[in-house]
Amino acid sequence: MTAPHRRPRLAVWKFASCDGCQLSLLDCEDELLAVAGAIDIAYFPEATRGAVSGHYDLSLVEGSITTAHDAERIRQVRGRSARLVTIGACATSGGIQALRNFADIRDFTAAVYARPDYISTLATSTPIAGHVAVDFELRGCPVNKRQLLEVICAFLAGRRPAVAAHSVCMECKLKGNLCVMVAHGTACLGPVTHAGCGALCPAYHRGCYGCYGPQETPNTASLGGSLRALGMDERALHRIYRTFNANAEAFRCESDRHAD
Amino acid sequence: MPTRTIRVDTLARVEGEGALKVVIRDGAVESAQLRIFEPPRLFEALLRGRAYTEAPDITARICGICPVAYQMSAVHAMENALGVTVAGPLRDLRRLLYCGEWIESHTLHITMLHAPDFLGYDGAIAMARDHGDAVRRGLALKKAGNDIMTVLGGREIHPINVRVGGFYRAPRKRELAALAGRLERARDAALEMVRWTSGFEFPDRERDYTFVALRHPEEYPFNEGRIVSNRGLDIPAADYEANFAQMQVARSTALHSRLREGGSYLTGPLARYHLNFDRLSPIAREAARAAGLGRSCTNPYRSIVVRAVEVLYACDEALRIIGRYEEPDEAAVTLEPRAASGLAATEAPRGLLYHRYRLDAGGTITEARIVPPTSQNQAAIEEDLASLIGGFLELPQDALRNRCEQTVRNYDPCISCATHFLRLESVRL
Repeated sequence: MTAPHRRPRLAVWKFASCDGCQLSLLDCEDELLAVAGAIDIAYFPEATRGAVSGHYDLSLVEGSITTAHDAERIRQVRGRSARLVTIGACATSGGIQALRNFADIRDFTAAVYARPDYISTLATSTPIAGHVAVDFELRGCPVNKRQLLEVICAFLAGRRPAVAAHSVCMECKLKGNLCVMVAHGTACLGPVTHAGCGALCPAYHRGCYGCYGPQETPNTASLGGSLRALGMDERALHRIYRTFNANAEAFRCESDRHAD
Repeated sequence: MPTRTIRVDTLARVEGEGALKVVIRDGAVESAQLRIFEPPRLFEALLRGRAYTEAPDITARICGICPVAYQMSAVHAMENALGVTVAGPLRDLRRLLYCGEWIESHTLHITMLHAPDFLGYDGAIAMARDHGDAVRRGLALKKAGNDIMTVLGGREIHPINVRVGGFYRAPRKRELAALAGRLERARDAALEMVRWTSGFEFPDRERDYTFVALRHPEEYPFNEGRIVSNRGLDIPAADYEANFAQMQVARSTALHSRLREGGSYLTGPLARYHLNFDRLSPIAREAARAAGLGRSCTNPYRSIVVRAVEVLYACDEALRIIGRYEEPDEAAVTLEPRAASGLAATEAPRGLLYHRYRLDAGGTITEARIVPPTSQNQAAIEEDLASLIGGFLELPQDALRNRCEQTVRNYDPCISCATHFLRLESVRL
């Protein structure tokens, strides 16, 4: 007699974040019930209070590590997960809260709290891969829900996700967008930013602001020349990379080349 | 004396991480504390040194569930600082985007997070096995809200099209007209959702709240209005900090708000409804009456019905805006930075959201203050637990714990905003 078929177990974990990336799963309004039929959503506190302890076939991790407690918790999550995928800029690079990495944490907490001594937080916000082994990193602030579904399907089928690592610039060409930098002189990080959004900002007449983080092999130095020609000064060049993926290596290094 | 302890490691179906502790001594609730241990992300600090134009995108990242609220309070505060008012179709488009967020955020809470409390399920997916039509209707309605966000904002979460002064690209008339059919169906679904929620069983509990909300001369409030209460408060947003104090308590990474003259208050759907019933559209008022709500609702468990009425209103209002939309000449008004301070309060789905910024002559932010609705509601949540749970002590442990969780979820608390999963700990002494 064969054992009864067990549906794969999914868990969704949250660290320092805005909840937006896990919300992307609930935003799959047309697919959610089908997904829930095919897999056992065993741990997902934002959606359900039922919790199954034990091991998970796939863990989706949102958020960055900013407390000593969370640094320990992610090790436990890794230990209970056959596959671990980070979702979004916070989990993959440290998020907007990684701006603290370039500042004095005592000054930061004092700016928000009258009694900083009540607050227990680390001086840095770091990506999950800085703490445990990660099987795949899905980028974006927030992630693209179509890509999230692809990642879940791929891991449950035991294959690599079909997620392109080229630039937003390439997505623009594929989409037939007018180049905002060439046509309107609008500063755009599309040439160095990881694809995934579908070249959204240029489609809305706006330059890409890099919320998917650096592409695989970004030539930020070359883009810097073009941005300078558009009138950006050193401070602007420093700040344009210091946003939602400020702590991603390629963006951090390029930012450091320019004075604030 | 018998001592019983209830512990739930994670209070689920809220946005964020925290804990709840209810101490029951001699058959009465002695104290109730909401502890928030969402790791602080320190937005007010990291905004310093950023350009005024960056505030809408940066503050949106405080909350993935209500990013539009942050974008709206930020753009209005910056325009207030720079002495600019955005009117006409651009103002209407902002209201339309807010309608989209109210529809998706409220419907998520009603269908996926709160209804399972009333019908006795762990979550919406389990509930869908017996209430499939209601869950599918909720998902379709939520999608209609997200459709507005996607067309007008570029995407559902962290829209990219909002800027200080207006938008990057104003939508074409035909792009919005294409939403009308879906929104008409959504309005019908919202009407059914009001009826559905009004048929739930509600604990018979009332509280005499101080309600605080915006009030506008003509509109149900989204983007602007005076800050008013049912106790006679009537002030411009500029007087917010003179009338409301924020304080820090050791158990929470979210600051608590109080009225300076003393006492807690409630912001969000119940408050807006009480203070603005006459500003609802006829179809929303009629649905509220048919659902058994009076002009005011002081039973926090019925907030789910009020939220559904607001979804109905938002669908109706979105259709009205789309119907009269004319494409603006420019997608945004021009702004010149100057050294100034600016502030604004708008109505996030969960209530009043206050932003204040100070800018230097080049438009760089030198100071930021943000007061989200959940931190304002924390005191009212604790008081609800302290005063309402006492009436349920005859319930068995599990049912009592569920009732505590339901009482917190009445507020759709967003702890990511207020700083975010609640752990519930109830001690009986």
